[in-house]
Amino acid sequence: MSEPLPTFRLDGNDVTFTPGQTVLQAALAAGRHIPHLCYHPEFRPHGSCKLCTVKVNGAHATSCTLPARAGLEVESATAELDAERRMMVQLLFVEGNHFCPSCEKSGHCKLQAVAYDLGMVSPRFDHFFPDRPVDATHPELLLDFNRCILCELCVRASAEVDGKQVFALAGRGMGKHLVVNSPSGLLRDSAIAITDKAAQVCPVGVILPKRVGFAVPVGQRRFDERPISAQAKDFAPRPPDQKGP
Amino acid sequence: MNRATPDATLIDAAVQDALRTWGHEPTRLLQVLRQAQEPLGFLPPAALERIAAELRVPIARVRGVMAFYSFLYPESPGAYRVLFSDNVTDRMRGSKERMREMSQRLWVEAGKVSEDGLVSLDRTSCTGMCDQAPALLVNGRPVTNVDAVRASQVCDLILSRTPLDAWPAELFIVEDHVRRRDVLLDDPMRPGDAIRAAFARGDASGTGPQATLDEVKNARLLGRGGAGFTTGIKWESCSRQAVTPRVVVCNADEGEPGTFKDRLLLNQYADRVFEGMTVAAYGIGASLGFVYLRGEYRYLLDALHATLDRRRREGLLGGAIGGREGFDFDIEIHVGAGSYVCGEASAQVESLEGKRGIPRNRPPRLAEKGYLGLPTIVNNVESYCSAAQIVLHGADWFRARGTSRSSGTKLLSVSGDCERPGIYEYPLGVTVQQVLDDSGARDAIAVQAGGPSGKCIGQDEFARRIAFEDIETGGAFIVFDGSRDMFEIARHFAHFFAHESCGFCTPCRVGTSLLRNLMDKISKGKGSQHDLNTIEELARLLHNASHCGLGESAGRPLLDTLQRFRPAYERRLESPAVEPAFDLDGALDRARRVTGRDDPGAHLGEA
Repeated sequence: MSEPLPTFRLDGNDVTFTPGQTVLQAALAAGRHIPHLCYHPEFRPHGSCKLCTVKVNGAHATSCTLPARAGLEVESATAELDAERRMMVQLLFVEGNHFCPSCEKSGHCKLQAVAYDLGMVSPRFDHFFPDRPVDATHPELLLDFNRCILCELCVRASAEVDGKQVFALAGRGMGKHLVVNSPSGLLRDSAIAITDKAAQVCPVGVILPKRVGFAVPVGQRRFDERPISAQAKDFAPRPPDQKGP
Repeated sequence: MNRATPDATLIDAAVQDALRTWGHEPTRLLQVLRQAQEPLGFLPPAALERIAAELRVPIARVRGVMAFYSFLYPESPGAYRVLFSDNVTDRMRGSKERMREMSQRLWVEAGKVSEDGLVSLDRTSCTGMCDQAPALLVNGRPVTNVDAVRASQVCDLILSRTPLDAWPAELFIVEDHVRRRDVLLDDPMRPGDAIRAAFARGDASGTGPQATLDEVKNARLLGRGGAGFTTGIKWESCSRQAVTPRVVVCNADEGEPGTFKDRLLLNQYADRVFEGMTVAAYGIGASLGFVYLRGEYRYLLDALHATLDRRRREGLLGGAIGGREGFDFDIEIHVGAGSYVCGEASAQVESLEGKRGIPRNRPPRLAEKGYLGLPTIVNNVESYCSAAQIVLHGADWFRARGTSRSSGTKLLSVSGDCERPGIYEYPLGVTVQQVLDDSGARDAIAVQAGGPSGKCIGQDEFARRIAFEDIETGGAFIVFDGSRDMFEIARHFAHFFAHESCGFCTPCRVGTSLLRNLMDKISKGKGSQHDLNTIEELARLLHNASHCGLGESAGRPLLDTLQRFRPAYERRLESPAVEPAFDLDGALDRARRVTGRDDPGAHLGEA
């Protein structure tokens, strides 16, 4: 007979986990949603967006990078934490230029889905309106940096899955931005291919295939059908594949 | 001296020279960039491409690293790069006025390069010269006590295109200003004393290096950089790791505004610092050592290298140290390039690996997986000095000073409104009032202890103690008297954090900029009660959800001053309710500058 899996408490319920999993990974595998953006089921946790911040034994912690341990008391679905998450989503909205109604990713966008889910009704803070020119040089892919939330998923996918290092980050603070690895700095001159994992992994609308706009009508898209919080199991950790986000 | 277009041979020579020093290691990228830039003044595209090719790293990574560090320039900053230190202490001593004068004399706008490419003028975060403020850096070399006469002298030298090496030497004098000495600064220990003591202790007890770890642990030395972690426990946990080699890092990235005590230690007590590192290496079984020297202290580099060389000749570094077969340890100095967050231990390790200085996720701790995945300890300059003393004189001797929970002495960097700014060494537990009295601070209304990321304390708290159980500090002690506006000081700190945020996590990246903007809005008389509430909410979010200590503490100066000096905020509020951030008249400012107009007709009047 095998030992029963260890558990921790999440909002008063037991969550089983396999050793090596983080709190967020175990929660999602158990079908319990914790809001997140920079986490992706096929990649190692990153810990930058901070939306998955929870309270563990009373102290704030980043659940995607916190190793699960038996007996942890984790609070997540509280008014206090959701208010903090809502504020962080608002920060992401005012940092970039997000115009959901005209965005091809609307309904498939995790930023938008999380904002709806957390009940965000306004951006609240003053917009920064940064100047972020698009890169439309590639024949098959469009880069619209206006929507970038700096989750680094494309950076990670290109380096770890595609073995190409097409993307990198430059600058710091509010000046931090995504850059393309090519002599000209343009996507056209990079090694990216539309079949790359990096071309498919963007949770928002930065990296988009050209000429397939609105193939699925708005209103019938992934997060139009069901709120993101009802899709926790789809974000359970899984081995890397080459099929879509 | 026009450095706008270095030719190919110059670029080639600069890159080759840097590669000769650092090799073709991608982990040396930052050092290669920094050294190649020294003769060129900036890093033109050809240099970046060359470095990327030689180190075999993607050009995007090279550009990404360059754009992270304030002191690496993609475009020429002119033959003379003048950077005014921009701490509150510099402003209190007239740095803004000096900068305005120099801007006029040199005919260059702040933040720009003069039209002839001769000179640029800008601000930089605190350069660690607060006891001789205002200070500036010219092509990386510090000039202190910049009064109107000195500012004018610097302008003359620049306008006459005098090479920096021909400038009067007295311009570059940095005073140490030691005002109070205790056991650390008075210790007559000689190079090698502590190393021999470590051997003797281990031999006598038969426990070898463990005896060194035990002694440091029993001394209850807490980290002198400000975090206050127990040094001995950190060392012991690193020594227990199976992986070798292990690594000793000395954090000499003294970036906390208002702190300058490591400058003294590196200048006068470098042997003690290296001795402490060597003793640590003996204790934990390390063979690799690094000093991460802040870019602002680049002027100390040659002397530090000379000390390292002398120690190698004396058998105190390198192979078989002190004649002990198998005890091999050496130290390499990496120079930072203008980034406050690199003072955070894990960001510093990233920077040592040649990357952007982004704090790591923990676990794993650095003691398990640090530099290149090797077990690593990172300690402050002063911690290593104290550790060397503990190994030489014993834990009991160390614990005889200080309080029961904070043993030993601590160096304080005292600056601001006092008659005798400088370095003061006190046993931990000294009251704030004592420091104020000793430094000749007469009508202090507040002290910023530990710099912007520390604590702002008001008059009614001056009986409190500098100790880890009361007011923790890495050493900064900035005094403000009744003439100071605590709102403006807090606003300045908000600008500092927005400038230095690494941008990794959402709350700090965006939150620090929003806090800065809200403080600016209030400063312009456009603030409201609503803005104060928003500041408090954002500051709490930063504290709760940020990735590292920078974000956690970025809102603290605002919360502290809101609590203690609220009237300084409230008298600026335009209306009690909500005031829009958009300034209609302000939006015309650019058009006014372009047209050179400032008459009433160029403004949206109230009427």
